[in-house]
Amino acid sequence: MVKVNGTELALAGKTVAEYLATTNYDPKRIAVERNGDIVFKSQYAVTVLKDGDSLEIVSFVGGG
Amino acid sequence: MIPSEKEWTDALIARHGPALHRRFSSAKVAVCGLGGLGSNIAVSLARAGVGKLLLMDFDRVDITNLHRQQYKANQIGRYKTEALAENLREIAPYTEIQPVTAKITEENLAALLQDADIVCEAFDGAESKAMLVNGVLEQLPRCFLVAASGMAGMDTPNNIKTRKIMNRFYLCGDEVSDAADTIGLVAPRVMLCAAHQAHTVLRILAGEYDV
Repeated sequence: MVKVNGTELALAGKTVAEYLATTNYDPKRIAVERNGDIVFKSQYAVTVLKDGDSLEIVSFVGGG
Repeated sequence: MIPSEKEWTDALIARHGPALHRRFSSAKVAVCGLGGLGSNIAVSLARAGVGKLLLMDFDRVDITNLHRQQYKANQIGRYKTEALAENLREIAPYTEIQPVTAKITEENLAALLQDADIVCEAFDGAESKAMLVNGVLEQLPRCFLVAASGMAGMDTPNNIKTRKIMNRFYLCGDEVSDAADTIGLVAPRVMLCAAHQAHTVLRILAGEYDV
């Protein structure tokens, strides 16, 4: 299982990009952290999720 | 009558103590975006005695900014970098101010921000925010980052908070209140988020890394 923003999901074997494609996240408005490190945007398509991974997706809203 | 630099420093040391003052006064903090967040962050950090502030924005002061941003009516039309630098010199004359009137992009951010100990993301647009956050975390591996998301509207002030997302990345705001979905930005709620950011900067400088 992979923990995504605190929720356990069966995502092992999928890439970050494959997972994001199943969600409503706008890829232009997010930052993705995996096991304490930033996932480079250029690596979403090649970063394969493993059991035990912890993912935090920050989705920005406008205003400042 | 403006106090001398020694009187100013002595007053800050009397408040913060010599150790904390040394940490604050030797720091270089970049504020990216000088709107409701950035102008308020900069005022707080200058007052606290942060040594050097990089002020970054490409825009000019507009009448629609004055309900929440730290500019004055007679500064409409001026570059925000220059107007805020002027205001900060009146507030805290011995803070070193480096105004940079430029649009920050993925391509130029590393060069513009490489000397900063801490970067404050204080942009307005969600895509700009994400660009800066990813850019700083990818390209500046030693830099701390304090970003903001969700501070618009009239919702309760009590859900503005600070989260530590990872080692050197902190996020302030309620993470949901989008300026586009609300009446827009209201001074105290934006200031609250800016205060979270500014205080997080001071805590990092003080060596307090938890939230």
